[in-house]
Amino acid sequence: MTIAQLTRRLAAFAAAATLGAAALAATAPDVLIQQLSTEVIDTVKGDKAIQGGDLTKINALVDTKVMPLVDFERMTASAVGRHWRTATPAQRERLQAEFKALLVRTYSGALAQVKDQTVAMRPFRTAPDATEVVVRTEIKGRGDPIQLDYRLAKSGDSWKVYDFNVLGVWLVDQYRSSFNQEVNANGIDGLIAKLAERNKK
Amino acid sequence: MKPRLGAARLAALTLALAAPAWAQDDPRDPWEPFNRKVEAFNTAVDDAAFKPLAEGYRKVLPDPVRTGVGNFFGNLVDAWSVVNHLLQGKVVSAAQMTLRVASNTVFGLGGVLDPATEFGLEKQSEDLGQTLGHWGVPTGPYLVLPLLGPANVRDGVARPVDVYAVGLGAWGAEPAVAWGTSGLELVHLRSELLSATNLLDDIALDRYAFVRDAYLARRRNLVWDGNPPEEDDGDDAAVDEVPPEAPAVPASAASAAAPAETPASAASAPQ
Repeated sequence: MTIAQLTRRLAAFAAAATLGAAALAATAPDVLIQQLSTEVIDTVKGDKAIQGGDLTKINALVDTKVMPLVDFERMTASAVGRHWRTATPAQRERLQAEFKALLVRTYSGALAQVKDQTVAMRPFRTAPDATEVVVRTEIKGRGDPIQLDYRLAKSGDSWKVYDFNVLGVWLVDQYRSSFNQEVNANGIDGLIAKLAERNKK
Repeated sequence: MKPRLGAARLAALTLALAAPAWAQDDPRDPWEPFNRKVEAFNTAVDDAAFKPLAEGYRKVLPDPVRTGVGNFFGNLVDAWSVVNHLLQGKVVSAAQMTLRVASNTVFGLGGVLDPATEFGLEKQSEDLGQTLGHWGVPTGPYLVLPLLGPANVRDGVARPVDVYAVGLGAWGAEPAVAWGTSGLELVHLRSELLSATNLLDDIALDRYAFVRDAYLARRRNLVWDGNPPEEDDGDDAAVDEVPPEAPAVPASAASAAAPAETPASAASAPQ
């Protein structure tokens, strides 16, 4: 065995070891979602202010618990679609901020409804080397269970949510066509202005 | 004759102007101008009658009473769901739902209470539109029904049957009673949606398109029992089912091509 061969083997071994360690370190996506939903539901149940729709507290909850697990740039980019490429960095930042505010407002009302619901994980199957997965859950309470699914992508050694689905409606799809309409009519700044106007109400 | 022609032209012009400049042709919604008008009519009726009624109903009746009303109608919906589970060949869920209806009718005072949920008999609703979709009936274009709201052609045909089957009229009640309870049901359903429709005005950039996109996605998901195949780059088994010798579909009918994949025939049936 020459020195070169030995080095190559060592390098390969080192790479494999690193990958293995990363795989061990990364929490499985379904476990991640389970932890997240349990944590959010428990927090909401124990906090009257959040149930009452206190936006400051809800924002704090979203920022500390939810956002670290979300690739919000990707989520906004897919909602904006092909126009994202033409947006300046400043516009991209504004779009993300306004879109996030819109979503927080959308779901803050739902948090008020959290009472005796539980989260049930639906069967999760994936290939070991998958880098994009769908995790399916159900919120159970009264009435038909509420379907809540997440699309996650692996970035580095951690999984991040980039889209979610309530009752069968994927969030990014839901906003894509109206965002597209608005940008076509009034440009990126028009869309930012429209979102900001909605968020001011 | 002349003034009439003028009126027609004026109407055409108004129609053209009324269509918003940014409106894009969605292949699933070729009747958009017509649908927008019906939706405007529905909104006017809602603002004038249904919404105030529902708000009054919510104010007057305490929470537990409204829950009872909801449970009662929910039990009738469940009974109709049993029929639809059977029509879709879902024998196990039909049996579970039968048990649910029986428990709620017997132990729940005719359906006013919902002990079945406590027993772990989960609600699984199915309606006729889903049954038709299950057997591969195409959705047809998006269609806004007067008073009944968002639908597609398939659901538009099925929904009146659903409404009738769930109403007490189908169970042999006097017409006066049947109309009365159906009215109450409508007001109850509307009252449940108050916060949702109020929210809609805040979060949708274009309410019409928002409702349409959500409706179509939601119904498609329901027909597939929560597991619809991917639409864009579908690598699902369903794609294989489109026969290679299938005649070319004109672009306008492209949206109707989707139902070629039917849940009933999907090789990889969920669960």
